[in-house]
Amino acid sequence: MALLETRALTASYGDFQALFGIDMTLDAGETVAVVGANGAGKTTLMRSIAGVLRNGSDQIRFDNEPIGALPAPEVVERGIAMVPEGRRLFPSLSVEENLLIGKYGRAIEGPWSLNAIYDLFPILRDRRNSPGTALSGGQQQMVAIGRALMSNPRVLLCDEISLGLAPIVIRDIYAAFPRILASGASVVVVEQDIGQALRVADRIYCLMEGRVTLEGPPAALSREDIHAAYFGASRS
Amino acid sequence: MDTTAPAWRVHTRTTASTVFSGILGLAVAVAVMAPLFVSRGTVQNLFFIFTMLVLAQSWNMLAGFAGLVSVGQQAFVGFGAYVMFAFVILFKLDPLASIALAGLAGVLLAALTSLFLFRLQGAYFAIGSWVIAEVVRLLLAQWKALGGGTGTSLPTGVTRDMWGVSAVGHLFGLRPAQATDVVCYWLALALAMVTIVFVYRLLRSRQGLALAAVRDNQEAARSIGVDARWLKTFVYLAAAFLTSLAGALIYVQKARISPDAAFSVVDWTANVIFIVVIGGIGTIEGPMIGVLVFFLLQNMLADYGSWYLLVLGLIGIIVMLFAPQGLWGLFASRSDIQFFPVRRILRGGPISMKCKGGPHG
Amino acid sequence: MSWLNIVIQGVMLGGLYALFAAGLSLVFGIMRLVNLAHGDLIVLAAFLILGLVTALGLNPFLAALVAIPIMFGFGWLLQAQLLNRTLGPDILPPLLVTFGLSIVIQNALLEGFSADSRRITVGPLESATLSLGPINIGIMPLLTLLSSVVVIVSLNQLFYRTSLGRAFRATSDDRVTAGLMGIRPDRIFSVATGIAMIVVTIAAFYLGTRANFDPTIGPARLIYAFEAVIIGGLGSLWGTLAGGVIIGVAQAFGAAVNPEWQILAGHVAFLAVLLFKPRGLFPRSAE
Repeated sequence: MALLETRALTASYGDFQALFGIDMTLDAGETVAVVGANGAGKTTLMRSIAGVLRNGSDQIRFDNEPIGALPAPEVVERGIAMVPEGRRLFPSLSVEENLLIGKYGRAIEGPWSLNAIYDLFPILRDRRNSPGTALSGGQQQMVAIGRALMSNPRVLLCDEISLGLAPIVIRDIYAAFPRILASGASVVVVEQDIGQALRVADRIYCLMEGRVTLEGPPAALSREDIHAAYFGASRS
Repeated sequence: MDTTAPAWRVHTRTTASTVFSGILGLAVAVAVMAPLFVSRGTVQNLFFIFTMLVLAQSWNMLAGFAGLVSVGQQAFVGFGAYVMFAFVILFKLDPLASIALAGLAGVLLAALTSLFLFRLQGAYFAIGSWVIAEVVRLLLAQWKALGGGTGTSLPTGVTRDMWGVSAVGHLFGLRPAQATDVVCYWLALALAMVTIVFVYRLLRSRQGLALAAVRDNQEAARSIGVDARWLKTFVYLAAAFLTSLAGALIYVQKARISPDAAFSVVDWTANVIFIVVIGGIGTIEGPMIGVLVFFLLQNMLADYGSWYLLVLGLIGIIVMLFAPQGLWGLFASRSDIQFFPVRRILRGGPISMKCKGGPHG
Repeated sequence: MSWLNIVIQGVMLGGLYALFAAGLSLVFGIMRLVNLAHGDLIVLAAFLILGLVTALGLNPFLAALVAIPIMFGFGWLLQAQLLNRTLGPDILPPLLVTFGLSIVIQNALLEGFSADSRRITVGPLESATLSLGPINIGIMPLLTLLSSVVVIVSLNQLFYRTSLGRAFRATSDDRVTAGLMGIRPDRIFSVATGIAMIVVTIAAFYLGTRANFDPTIGPARLIYAFEAVIIGGLGSLWGTLAGGVIIGVAQAFGAAVNPEWQILAGHVAFLAVLLFKPRGLFPRSAE
């Protein structure tokens, strides 16, 4: 039984439909990547799972329980945490306070504590009292990830964590992933950088215009397959 | 293949609106003749209804169309009334002329206050408008020549000698006091019609379209060249003009003024907001319905003191929560009818082309 | 009357206005809710305290303590059942619903208690004074000022040192992302209003013991409270205290020149500050 799965997941913004029936699974201990062009529906998918969007109750199942219609606070309580697109740190909170607020809704014992986060991203310990938004992009991303980890989630959703960051910074951030996985979290990563996704994922889903166009482990997918699934094959 | 695509045309007239304009014309004619066959009490009631309608349409124009929620329009009611009193008592002018001057004075006050108020937004604007009303009230309460804090009355006979009163009295065989009521009534009717026509024309104009755009999304509107600041100022000045005229007219009829009464938040803002909210904010038809409901409620509950206002407040809260478009909005959304057609309806255009072609179908 | 005396009287009056304003500042800062019934809620609390004093024979200070949890519960319910429904992108519903609430509270109080002026008596404490050299300071006004400082210090502690305070600030910054942290905005708002009502009760105690009150004086208190909040700047509780003091001192000077000018002087000071600093004196820069 998959830890997290979506069944024929649909989502709309008013009259505009963004997802047209997504089937996706995440097993315990896996890292799954979701790739696709801008507007393909990747963030919508993440927001649906995280509870920011309300979907059909049975369209999203976590630990075999329907969570599709639950609001975000309740999803967090069950153990799904999101690192939102654009990081979205709280400007009124310091770095340390941003981390602490991560466990507001789910304060359970686990491998992730304030000290553990500082061990993972040592630079944050030095900047712990700075306002959250006074840090560089990469450091803010570390805070956002740490904030999500503070709830000791079973599933971590990472939405475009490499966006706007320099390659070397991206490498540093992804270098933390093995430790995140080792702590017992399963990860869904949304990436525009296909290379990065191929490197880090056990399986990849490709979305285009709200539908899954390709799925499989990196080894089984050729560059042509991915290209076609990402951009859409031209019909001749 | 037909290469000339017929152009889209913008229509605003609908069947309902055409029928309604006929009925409206009839109603206006009846209203003008009304003093001939209804009692004096009814004339006074109609006066009240029409003046409240002017206040309601003005507030609606501000809040519903321009997005400026003011809790301080009583400033103009009181100011207009006091300016009129000043011209009558201190300069011995005819009350009707004084009313007109009061309207202009209201515009000047609005121009002055807008310099300050328009630096504020949302809730700050609302509170700021209230503070300004309080400041005007407190300043005028210092004016000893007009009675200071306790107020004063119009000199006896002034309204009797008003322009038109004696003519009406002779024409219809009425005593001076009754003739005054009739003249005031006709003025109120005229002012109400002017207000409605003004709001209607404004909404149908390009400025009205721009207003709607600004209300929906000010930044987007700015990016296509809409000057939000000028539009809002214009609406604010217009509302001040109409409200001041109404205030002056109301107090010609009352003939007695005091700062607390003329600047009463309950009488000139709470009641007005109630009327607009119940009737339907952001529509022309709404305040008309609201005024009628308000009048009926006031009559039914007149004997119950504070219960009357309590019920009004409760109804206002319930309507705002559960039927924010008001009574008219409920009706209009079911039936899609607009009596004052201000929507723009697209007709014609390529869909009526007979044959299709081109790369996408 | 010496200048110093006027300033001191003004500062202590400012303490009262800061108490009026602190609850408003809290609620406005967290959820951008303009509660036009805030002044009437202060009057409501004053009547509650008065009722407890007359019905149960309680000492006024004790009555205020008893009133505090009652008002907390009332505020919590008010937010949860009524005001939460008005929050959203449109500014009209909160303004109009709280306006209606103001009318309802005023007239309910009029029906229940009549328009007579009331007073909460604290016996000899009312006129007790402290002598500091040439100045005589009333004990109750001094207590009012001290209470306002204690309230603001406490609220700041709450905001900046507790988990709840973090949740307040996070929700105020970004409601959606706060949800991702497990914060339920509706509950946070209800707690915030409840806490605001505690401050309102304290303000009501000092209002009711200082001067006569009746059901209709609410709106004027709302205006002073809002002026203090706006002068101080959104998000700053110390700013709110400063705002209250500015209005209090302005009023004191106005009254010294001519008693009829007291209130006007306060308003003029407010307009003057706003003219030069539309966002207030100490706005939180995140705005």
